[in-house]
Amino acid sequence: MVKPQTVLETRNLTIRYGDSAAVIDVSLRIPAKTVTAIIGPSGCGKSTLLRALNRMNDLVSTVSVQGEALFHGKNLYASDVDPVELRQRIGMVFQKPNPFPKSIAKNISWAPLLNGYRGDVDELVEKSLRQAALWHEVKHKLNDSGLELSGGQQQRLCIARTLAMNPEVILLDEPCSALDPASTSRIEDLLVELAGRYTIVIVTHNMQQAARVSDYTAFLCDGRLVEFGPTDRVFTRPENSETEAYVTGKFG
Amino acid sequence: MMATMRCKAVAAAASMQATPPRDPALSGATAAPGRGDRVETAFSTQGVWTSRGLTRRHFINRFCAELFRACASLGLLMLALLLASICRDGMHWLDLQFLSSFPSRFVEKAGIKSALWGSCWLMGLTALFSIPVGVGAAVYLEEFAQPSKLNTFVEINIANLAGVPSIVYGMLGLAIFVRGLGFGRSVLAGAATMSLLILPFIIVASREALRTVPLSIRHAAYALGATPWQTVRGHVLPAALPGILTSIILGLSRAIGETAPLIMIGALTYVAFVPEGPLDAFTALPIQIFNWASRPQAAFHELAAAGIIVLLAALLSMNAVAVFIRYRFARKLKW
Ligand SMILES: Nc1ncnc2c1ncn2[C@@H]1O[C@H](COP(=O)(O)OP(=O)(O)O)[C@@H](O)[C@H]1O
Ligand SMILES: [Mg+2]
Repeated sequence: MVKPQTVLETRNLTIRYGDSAAVIDVSLRIPAKTVTAIIGPSGCGKSTLLRALNRMNDLVSTVSVQGEALFHGKNLYASDVDPVELRQRIGMVFQKPNPFPKSIAKNISWAPLLNGYRGDVDELVEKSLRQAALWHEVKHKLNDSGLELSGGQQQRLCIARTLAMNPEVILLDEPCSALDPASTSRIEDLLVELAGRYTIVIVTHNMQQAARVSDYTAFLCDGRLVEFGPTDRVFTRPENSETEAYVTGKFG
Repeated sequence: MMATMRCKAVAAAASMQATPPRDPALSGATAAPGRGDRVETAFSTQGVWTSRGLTRRHFINRFCAELFRACASLGLLMLALLLASICRDGMHWLDLQFLSSFPSRFVEKAGIKSALWGSCWLMGLTALFSIPVGVGAAVYLEEFAQPSKLNTFVEINIANLAGVPSIVYGMLGLAIFVRGLGFGRSVLAGAATMSLLILPFIIVASREALRTVPLSIRHAAYALGATPWQTVRGHVLPAALPGILTSIILGLSRAIGETAPLIMIGALTYVAFVPEGPLDAFTALPIQIFNWASRPQAAFHELAAAGIIVLLAALLSMNAVAVFIRYRFARKLKW
């Protein structure tokens, strides 16, 4: 088997809010075109770590970053990196579905048009919605507001919107935590399907979800990376006792 | 090895079990101390809770409710009386001739044409100045400004400026626009002064409107590779627009009734022409009303009442538009 190429990497990454560290000395390599899950109890720094990968942390004024986060070997926090350009290549889906208060079609076409997309807009909308397994539910009402969809549909719309930018990496922060089980399993299926084409990093507090969708799993506790490896090994033969306790449901 | 785990969930679970919740019904029934002033009610056996003075508390509650109802009615009553007396005095003067004549020494021929047009000019120019500057400042402070000492200083002072008496703005306008910039006693100087007067209000209220747009919308746009300005332009401003429009209209409706700053900068009281450009002299509705009301003849007081009716109609319709916008869009946008 060929060793997979590393797309994202962190080296001794420490992230602080003011004086309190939320992510401490995390080093990890995320391979291309796989699903990597970040698991851990709530408040352990999963979202903070994820947001460091597309520099969404920049929006919080108290944040300071130490160490490196690399995208194709290039430090994201180097002075010549434009976070706006970076976020076009590394998309993000949030915990709570947040469609724009605009039509479904505009939700998808807004960002590509802004970034100089010159192709057929209708085609892009259809393609993105199909990829997000939403096309058949909304094809008759593309001009309805995105806010009129159900929660699960809204979240798939957000995924479609991200896909329309044709990113290389998609970051998802507990994308199913606000959804019912049926919507959750639809999104999980979708992620598995997308994994061949995109590099996906998903934060979840749901162990079954991590086990179902991910190829690699990182376990975080109190800001530290406790264990990282192929998902089946982390879940069946964890090297660390804390990981074992967590994945078997003893705490968290 | 499990003991080394320092994750909060464990501690939380442990502390839950350490103190089993007490059932108040059980503990209260046996441990009720005999207190003389206890009032027996349906729930009066529950431990430290007594129903002492409950009747009294209900009485105070009713008393306060009635008192405040009286206050509210008093305000409404006064307003109704005022309106009724103004309408009685002025209604019969209100006709097309009144709206389309210039002021005159003769009551029958006098009208508010120049004042009406003056107010229109004043409002138009005030809107032209205050909307872009007010909304721009609000967008900067809310969306772009990084927290710093200077910005906090600016913010606090803008909020304070909203409370400065309007005559002070009149003096400022006199010094800066009429004399300093040489606008003279023109409608331009009046509008510039009015803009200064309502800017703080527009800024504060527009910021309020911008703040109601959820952060998650901004995050969504940023995560798609939008710049802050594209985010504001594409999503935040459109979503905040109803609130911003409301604040603009309310600000302008304050400007239309202001008299003191206009007197201060020397708006003329007798104008028998319609301003044709921003540098023309002008009069405005409140000035004309003030002028008529300060004459000795009773007939002119009735003209003033008629002018007040026109001014109130303009004000009320502006407020109605603001209410309509708010109501209409508030229902459409549910986050
Ligand atoms: N904007 C913020 N400002 C200050 N502290 C924060 C902020 N966001 C998160 N934190 C803190 O950082 C720690 C990690 O948070 P987070 O990354 O959201 O954890 P998780 O996603 O694993 O639940 C928590 O202790 C949290 O209180
Ligand atoms: Mg989180």
